[in-house]
Amino acid sequence: MTSFTLNGKDVSVDVPDDTPLLWVLRDELRMTGTKFGCGIAQCGACTVVVDGMSRRSCVTPISTLEGASIETIEQLEGPEADAVRAAWEEIDVPQCGWCQSGQIVSATSLLRMIPKPTDEDIDNAMAGNICRCATYVRIRQAIHNAADTLEG
Amino acid sequence: MKTLFLAAALAATPLLAFAQDAQELKAPDAFSDIADEGERSVALFGEMMKVIEHPRCLNCHPAGDTPLQGDDMHPHVPPVVRGEADFGAPGMNCTTCHGSENVAFLTGKGSIPGHSPWQLAPVEMAWVGKSAPEICAQLKDPERNGDRTLADLHEHFAEDGLVGWGWHPGEGRTPAPGSQEVMGQLVQAWIDTGAACPES
Repeated sequence: MTSFTLNGKDVSVDVPDDTPLLWVLRDELRMTGTKFGCGIAQCGACTVVVDGMSRRSCVTPISTLEGASIETIEQLEGPEADAVRAAWEEIDVPQCGWCQSGQIVSATSLLRMIPKPTDEDIDNAMAGNICRCATYVRIRQAIHNAADTLEG
Repeated sequence: MKTLFLAAALAATPLLAFAQDAQELKAPDAFSDIADEGERSVALFGEMMKVIEHPRCLNCHPAGDTPLQGDDMHPHVPPVVRGEADFGAPGMNCTTCHGSENVAFLTGKGSIPGHSPWQLAPVEMAWVGKSAPEICAQLKDPERNGDRTLADLHEHFAEDGLVGWGWHPGEGRTPAPGSQEVMGQLVQAWIDTGAACPES
């Protein structure tokens, strides 16, 4: 049994220790906003926030999460998350959308750490989030727009 | 019987013998017949270089701002940067992917390596592209070794957990030669014989 906080609620799951968090989210808890892309930490589609840091859930064994605080795309909260969502909608960032929950989680994590990121900051932070539709230019612009919003 | 004979013949071929030797790490006793202490020290350092030059060590002692990966030492995929703390960029730290232990992939062969901590060696401790004399001098230079004494260096090689990971790297990666215990013995013997550096 592993117990943790998921989007502010206490959760306990009884699964084998090596079960990845992504499997638990999607198959056990039916929270399918977090996507499976590659299963080997190469694409970023499964990104969540664990104890305030972005984390690839496909390579995170559930046994390592006892007592952790986890945020997923379903309940990502705060001014940075709100700004990112608004910016994403404003310029229609997604195309097919498969990678976008991971992109939004990574972008929110970045803005929580660097409120006014440069192009280089964005490229470095988002390098592990692959978009098969190549919406990278819009992703970068939306992060800049969100930062402008946060700056007020 | 025929199978045994074939196996013996294969084991005796020079190529296989070389490959096996590359994975072995001789203990200090193997150098005891070198009478001159300085020469023995240099020979011990040469044996240490088998570990130092192994991909498991070089990949995280890169010369630039990008770690390397795999036995072929290709640039890290996805592309990551060193960052101010040798721990990646804000929002893309090493721990975004690397956990506290190796994690086998459930969807195919291989694993993602992990250890706590997981980070790059500082750039002044870069080993990639450097010769044995250069690495030896660098190891002993407090300006470039994290202000370590020789005893501290021994502790790094013999006791450090992240260094030790090099011998237990998980599926898909060749372990460093020998064991951390033998490496520690070699470093101690090298220090005890004057920590001499090779000239070439």
